[in-house]
Amino acid sequence: MRGRGFVFEVVRVALDAIRSNKLRSVLTMLGIVIGIAAVITMVALGQGAQQAVQQQIASLGTDVLTVRPGSGWFRRGGGDRARLTMEDVEIVRRGATAVEGISPEMDQSFQVEYGRANGNFRVVGTSANYTDVNNREVDIGRFFDMQENQGRRRVAVLGSAVPEALGVAPLELVGREISIRNISFTVAGVMEEQGSSAGPFSSDEQIFVPVRTAQYRLMGTDEIESFNATVASASSMDMATMQIEEALRRAHRLRPGESNTFWIQNRADILGTFQQTSQTFTYLLAGIAAVSLLVGGIGIMNIMLVSVSERTREIGLRKALGARRRDILVQFLVEALVLCLAGGALGIGLGAGASRAFAEFAGWNTLVSPEAVTLAVAFSAAVGIFFGLWPARRASLLDPIEALRYE
Amino acid sequence: MTTTAGQKSSAGATASIEERAREVPIVTRGLRKDYEMGAETVRALRGVDVEIEENEYVAVMGPSGSGKSTLMNLIGCLDTPTSGEYWLDGQAVQDLEEDELAEIRNREIGFVFQTFNLLPRASALHNVELPLVYAGVDREERRERAAEALEQVELGDRMDHAPNQLSGGQRQRVAIARALVNRPAILLADEPTGNLDSKTAAEIMSVFDDLHASGQTIIMVTHEHPIAAHAARIITLRDGNIESDDATVAADPVAEMVDS
Ligand SMILES: Nc1ncnc2c1ncn2[C@@H]1O[C@H](COP(=O)(O)OP(=O)(O)OP(=O)(O)O)[C@@H](O)[C@H]1O
Ligand SMILES: [Mg+2]
Repeated sequence: MRGRGFVFEVVRVALDAIRSNKLRSVLTMLGIVIGIAAVITMVALGQGAQQAVQQQIASLGTDVLTVRPGSGWFRRGGGDRARLTMEDVEIVRRGATAVEGISPEMDQSFQVEYGRANGNFRVVGTSANYTDVNNREVDIGRFFDMQENQGRRRVAVLGSAVPEALGVAPLELVGREISIRNISFTVAGVMEEQGSSAGPFSSDEQIFVPVRTAQYRLMGTDEIESFNATVASASSMDMATMQIEEALRRAHRLRPGESNTFWIQNRADILGTFQQTSQTFTYLLAGIAAVSLLVGGIGIMNIMLVSVSERTREIGLRKALGARRRDILVQFLVEALVLCLAGGALGIGLGAGASRAFAEFAGWNTLVSPEAVTLAVAFSAAVGIFFGLWPARRASLLDPIEALRYE
Repeated sequence: MTTTAGQKSSAGATASIEERAREVPIVTRGLRKDYEMGAETVRALRGVDVEIEENEYVAVMGPSGSGKSTLMNLIGCLDTPTSGEYWLDGQAVQDLEEDELAEIRNREIGFVFQTFNLLPRASALHNVELPLVYAGVDREERRERAAEALEQVELGDRMDHAPNQLSGGQRQRVAIARALVNRPAILLADEPTGNLDSKTAAEIMSVFDDLHASGQTIIMVTHEHPIAAHAARIITLRDGNIESDDATVAADPVAEMVDS
């Protein structure tokens, strides 16, 4: 190659050419700016959604199995046997050795009152180990214990959003009486906020009571909605699943070949599906945005062709003075590259700004990752080279004497 | 027409071209250039044999359209002949690749054009630096040598001026500095004074005279006899052929009368 002196000249000529047609250069760049900004924003939205899902996984713990009656979210099926009861929970507790903790949930909505304040809340009857199994913390006060469950005591633990919904400070409520379905309960504690990161699994607006209290005093049934089971380690997940299935099939007297009357859900699987969906979504958005980048690239090619034909005489002169084909090629490629990279830099700034605006005003989770920025830079460079190559090649192949004669 | 120059070329015609090319820097044999213009062919050069020695000062004359520029462009390796041979410094130019031609244009040839052909947006200094850019010279050395070349044509105080801030004569001197900056073997000038008034033309010619005196080989196209009289030899073209090839006797008024 020609060394540093040549590189310097090439960049200088490129900048000169861009500066001498400021308006035109800016308009051309705009295509790239918009394209890159769109890619950055779309990827930020997609990756933000993915990040939210990842946080859900982390906050819920993946070593949890959820067992529900029926054969899917909306398919109950299986008739009378498609019910889960506290008895089933006992059978699993005894039969599935790989299961560490097990926590049932039965829930129903009730009118809840505190003084003059009242509201409708989902009341969840569960066991004392709910917090351990579901990886939750109590913020103020305490959760109820096993004795209170055995004794069917009227204690309640509130989700973090409940006091506010009743218009009372959380600290004031602890130790006081609230009434659920006109039955008086003592508030033992308030849960820590789970937040929006828990997405569809958020339980901030629920009220927790001992499951035996719920069974005998509130709901009058031993049928439960679901139970969660933790396993000792992620590797014993399959083992636990098998044991639960076996125990429940026997309890429900299912013959071989008959399908399950319950389904065992693995949270990692659900969240994995969520994540895959959001990733596909990211690619789709980025793909659409990339189309605008393509349009920007065509703009670059167009303007480079104009630039080459405008500067035909200059190219002829440079060749007369000893420029080789490659020198001319590099010169025009660098010009296209500078346009695209400058546009790319502005586009990254604009895209980051737009992502922040989305986060700020629409409350969407967005993430401008270094990978996305690197990708954008690489992409704009690639656009510059790809769309600059043909005009640059045309310039480099010009015949020196014809170029010099060009009017 | 038994002049020294004439004898040389007739002597050369008998020897093989490779042998001649070893002794004489510029040798052409049967140089032809045709331009296809749709159905018809313009025959710009119809078989030109020339030899030019080192340190010669040659003027090329002839009526408009006789092929002067075509010949200059071929000698300057800007264009390739339709047929015939051209040997420069012992190399057969017609056998060279594009990049090798570019290198010859860069190192061996300095071209001065009638219309100056300066980059309008670049300073005089930057214009003169251009050949050095393509010769791969470092920035500092480039500036130094370009400044030196500009001083040589007495433009040391105009280095930062853009071409449109210079007079025609000054622009042509910048172009000459650019042609000389890479110390070429041959200086080619196609009507260098064609766009200048006679006073400015005289200044340019005195620059050429000094260059020739210091050993520079110069080939120059001109329409004007007083300008051609600065050269030591005049090649006259007509319809793509060499009509005459004579030594000038600048001081001899008879020679001028005969020519005109
Ligand atoms: N690119 C071209 N295409 C077609 N014909 C050409 C081309 N260049 C030159 N010619 C023709 O070749 C012939 C010689 O042209 P050339 O430019 O060499 O003449 P010239 O002697 O330099 O004339 P002038 O004194 O007017 O500059 C002319 O007839 C011209 O029309
Ligand atoms: Mg001419």
